[in-house]
Parts: sequence; C-alpha cells; structure tokens
Amino acid sequence: MTSRDAILAAVRAKAPAPAASLPHVPLFERPSASHLDEFRENLLRMGGKFAETKSSGNLADLVRSLFPQARVVCSATAEVTGTRPLGAETDPIALDDVDVGVVRAAFGVAETGSVWLSEEELRVNALAYLAQHLVVLLDPGAIVPNLHHAYRNSRFKAARYAVLVTGPSATADIEGVLIHGAQGVRSLTVVPLPRQ
Amino acid sequence: MKRIDHAEAASGFIAAKAHQEFHDRRLWDLRLKRDREAHGIPEWEELRNLASQIKEHTLARLADYLEEFETRAKANGAHVHWARDAAEHNQIVYDILAARGAKTLVKSKSMLTEECDMRPFLERRNIAVIETDLGERIQQLDDEPPSHIVVPAVHKLRGDVSTVFARTIGAEPGNEDINYLAETQRRTTRPYFLRAEAGMTGANFAVSETGSFVVCTNEGNADLSANVPKLHIASIGIEKIIPKVEHLGVFIRLLSRSALGSPITQYTSHFRAPRLGGELHIVLVDNGRSERLGMHDFWYSLKCIRCGACMNTCPVYRRSGGLSYGATYSGPIGVIIDPTFDIRKYGNLPFASTLNGSCTDVCPVKINIHEQIYKWRQIIAERNQLPFVKKEMMRLAGKVLADPRLYRAAISATGLALEHLPRFAIYNFLNPWGRQRELPQPPQQTFRSWYLENRSRS
Repeated sequence: MTSRDAILAAVRAKAPAPAASLPHVPLFERPSASHLDEFRENLLRMGGKFAETKSSGNLADLVRSLFPQARVVCSATAEVTGTRPLGAETDPIALDDVDVGVVRAAFGVAETGSVWLSEEELRVNALAYLAQHLVVLLDPGAIVPNLHHAYRNSRFKAARYAVLVTGPSATADIEGVLIHGAQGVRSLTVVPLPRQ
Repeated sequence: MKRIDHAEAASGFIAAKAHQEFHDRRLWDLRLKRDREAHGIPEWEELRNLASQIKEHTLARLADYLEEFETRAKANGAHVHWARDAAEHNQIVYDILAARGAKTLVKSKSMLTEECDMRPFLERRNIAVIETDLGERIQQLDDEPPSHIVVPAVHKLRGDVSTVFARTIGAEPGNEDINYLAETQRRTTRPYFLRAEAGMTGANFAVSETGSFVVCTNEGNADLSANVPKLHIASIGIEKIIPKVEHLGVFIRLLSRSALGSPITQYTSHFRAPRLGGELHIVLVDNGRSERLGMHDFWYSLKCIRCGACMNTCPVYRRSGGLSYGATYSGPIGVIIDPTFDIRKYGNLPFASTLNGSCTDVCPVKINIHEQIYKWRQIIAERNQLPFVKKEMMRLAGKVLADPRLYRAAISATGLALEHLPRFAIYNFLNPWGRQRELPQPPQQTFRSWYLENRSRS
C-alpha cells in the first residue's frame, strides 16, 4: 500500500461523524463613508505610505522625488518607465540591486489596507521582495470593503501566485520592537491613481 | 524516553527575573492587542463560529477533500507527495533536493518541519538549511528550538540576541541596538536567498477546490524563499485543508488579529502553480494526525490554526517560557497535542495549567482547550502516570474535601500551621505550589465560624 493510500484509508477509518454541513459565509457588509479613506487609514497603521499625485504624467517625477538616491528603478507597469526593462523571463536574481520597484495592483482591500498582486502584475514575483522599496499604483475605484469581498474575486483561482501585500516587510521578533525592512522591501508607498 | 518535568524546567526561566518579567509583559501585550482587534469587529463571534464549523466539517470529510486537493494541485502542475511520518517526510524532502543537486535550502518558519526534526536530518546529509524568519534564525544560530509558534525567540532579550549574532554571524560584540541586529540578519541572510537552489515554506491553509495553499508572514521571507530559487517545496500537515477560497476570508480575518493583534499579516501569499520555469513540490504529512482524528475527545485540536493566542493569554506559559515544555508545541495547545505523540514523555504537561479557561475564550476556532486539558489529566491519572507526591496529595485532598468534618479540622489546622510552623515545614518538596510563591496569609476567621457567630440564629 502506498503512503498515499495508507493515509487516506486511516483518515477515512478515523474520521468523526459529520457534524456541521459547510456553512454559508456572508459578506459582512458595513456602511462606509469612503473605502479609500478606510484603506489609507489601515495602510498607514500597517506601516505603509500614501502619496497622491495629480496625474499619471507626473509619476516618474513622483518616484524620483520619493527616492532621490535611487539608481535602479524597475517597473512592472507601462505607466512608469524604469531605468531597466523587466519581463516575465527576467531572472529574479538580476533584481538584487533594484532600489525601487513599481507595480499596479489589481485591487485593494479597505479593511486591511492590502493591495492584490499576482505574477501578471509583478512580471517577476521577486520584484516585490528583492527591491529595497516598492511603489504600488492603485485605482481608488478598485477598493473592495473587506476580505470576504476580496476572496470572491475569481482571479484567486487563475493566478499561479497571488499575494495580499499590506505595508512593507516587518518584524517585531526582538523584544517586540517594530522594524520595517526585515527581509523584503523597506518601504511600501501606495499611489491612488485611476487606471488609464 | 524520559518524562518532561515542566515545573523543574521552568525554574531556570523563573529565576532569570528580567527575562521572565519581560516575557510575561510582552505576551500579555499581544493578548491586549488581540482584544482590541476582536472588539473592533462586530461579527467576531460569528467568524469564530464559522471557522469552527468549516474546520469540523472538513475534518469529518478530510479524505475526500485531500483527494480533491491532490487532483487540483497535480492539474496545476505541482508534484504531490504523501508522508506517513516524520522520517518519510524528511526522506522525501532530501530525495527531491538530492536529485537536483541542491546544496542550500532557504526556508520560512514551519512548525511541521520542527515536528519532523528535519533540519538536522538534512544537515547530516550535507545540505545547508537556512531559517530566514528573524526569530527562527536567532533560535537556529543559538541551537535552540523555537519557544513560541509565532514569535520563536520571544524568551530572549536584545542582549541575548547580540551575543548570539556576535558569536555566529559577525555582528559587532556588545552592540545591542535592535535596528542594528535586525539589519545584520537581513544583510547576512540575503546572499542565501540569491544562492540557494531550493526554497521551502509551510502552509497556514490549503484550499482543496483550487489545489492552492496560503502562507502568512510579516517579513516576506516565505515569498523570497518561494520566488527566488527555481525549486519550491511546501510541507503541509493534512489538517490544514479547507474546502473553498471564500473560506479564507474567515480564517485570514481571524489569524493575525488573534496572533499579534494586527488586521492581517504584511504578506498573505497564495501559491497555486509553479512559476514559469519553476518547480513546485507539495508534501502532505500525516505524522500522527490521522491517529488523533480518531481520538474521541481530542480530535478537535486538529482545528488549530497555530495563532498562539492561547499561549499569549496563559498565565503558566507566560511565566514559564515555551522551552520548559520540552516539546515542539508549548502552551495550552501544546499540552493537549503533545501527549498524542507520547503520553509518557509528555504526561506532565497537562498539569501545566490553572484550568482558568482563558485559552478556550480566545481560541479563534473554538477549540475547548481547557476541557481537553482536564480530560488528559483524567487519562493520565487512570493510567497511573501521575508522579508519587502529586498522587498521594490528591488522594489525601480527595478524602478531606469529601468529608465536612475532616475539611473543617484541616482548615483550622492549616490556618494555625501557616501562622506558626517554621518555613522549612511549609516550603518543602511536598508543597510544589510554594516553590516560587509565598503562601497567603490565613484569614483571622474562617467563613464557617463567622457564619456560625453571625447568621446561624436567623
């Protein structure tokens, strides 16, 4: 008997009698004055930053003004031109020296201040982790109220890799002192900007 | 196998006063943060109910959901392996690595690989294993197991970390600045992410309808481990299955709020298929879980989502430290899981509790933890696994408490004794309770004598 069959047989033999049927999960909707305000509040709480800009024409300037020291800017969105091209075939290791990564999120979650990214948005998944800083464009019209709404999005079923990113990399593993940039990006800045 | 003596092991921790006080305060602070988050969500109790129902439903039909998960995962292009126990798990992981000539494995935190004792197994076979979570890395470099399932080095202070880092990864001796220490770990771990041929993660949840799994971290180290090397291995306990993506809404809302008092972890990462040009292996591990599923009173512990809320709230855990449990899982959830692995070795652990029930109150999936602790005590007593002093004292206490006359005599004698006996007669091996504490001042009058004087006439 293979281990697979042995485990399944044991689990079948030992399983408790079915108790509850699978419950329906409601959306738990709550009235909200502004999903964008709620999103911003939670993003800031989670250590993220919020930077507004007038129009997409100023994006490159905005990135430069946020990170004047940056030498390597790698963009996964056509809305910003980086200093180095990025394609799905780029070796992740080549992103080691990236100072700033730029990406457009598919949507945001007001309850948590999270943005949703997959391999389609990132081109190379490691961009969101190997870069020192991450700038995320987010359409204010694409913010869902809470995680129940987020998980109804069918893209979870199609993406190879999907991540809800909430603020920068963080740790409080030494005496509970909060440190940003534990392993991944040191900062995360969300720029609210309607999709072109 | 020698029995773990929790009280004895805790005595060293309790003696280190600064550590013990900080540990107690830090974990209680996590509990308070958890409360603030829970109270901020009107549907909190409903979420707990849903989480519990989804888990109970899934565990009752676990084999079907496991088969569905396997089918979907394979269709997604992942390789699925099954391991009956720790030894088989470790061998599978080694074979995958060896077949690809992998020499370095970067990994994120996984209690399952701790349970399987995987690191020494691979290291003996010349594979370097690098823990990448800061707390877990501290513990690896100090050659200690994690003391807490969420914050592995919570029992250490900055001076301890400084000493470990100076000894092992070239940190400046004596520099106890926490920013510096964290930066040193970042700087020294990053080359491993770039060099490693393989990355490993655990999983917080595995979704059967999509064959995908979810990993929650704050550092992003799981995403680096899985997204930089070409090969990703995920070790997943079979109890991690939930049926649908929409169920994640319930569990993700509960998990980090219960664990750390934050609305979500910084990274909630969903892995469904290997990236282009990459390889994804999933190892589904039983290691005692199917056995536990058949334990009438105890299968509920399989609902656990490893948030650590029960540990943060437990007065015994906060004051004794996770390492004193001598087991992979410590705190209230540990004392009900560990005896299922080895009742003799871990037979003392269910007594490391005051049965105050606070663990049950905070559990996001509504495991009846304190009731299970009590049931384990009964089983251990029935199997005659109690230490002699505890057994004799309990037998005596049972006699005294069952007989009003004996009880009254004992109470007045105790009052006299506490007032007049010399310390050595009270604080000795027959009274483990008095080891770290002063016994209370006896009241001037017992309730019964007050009652007889004041109320018995009316």
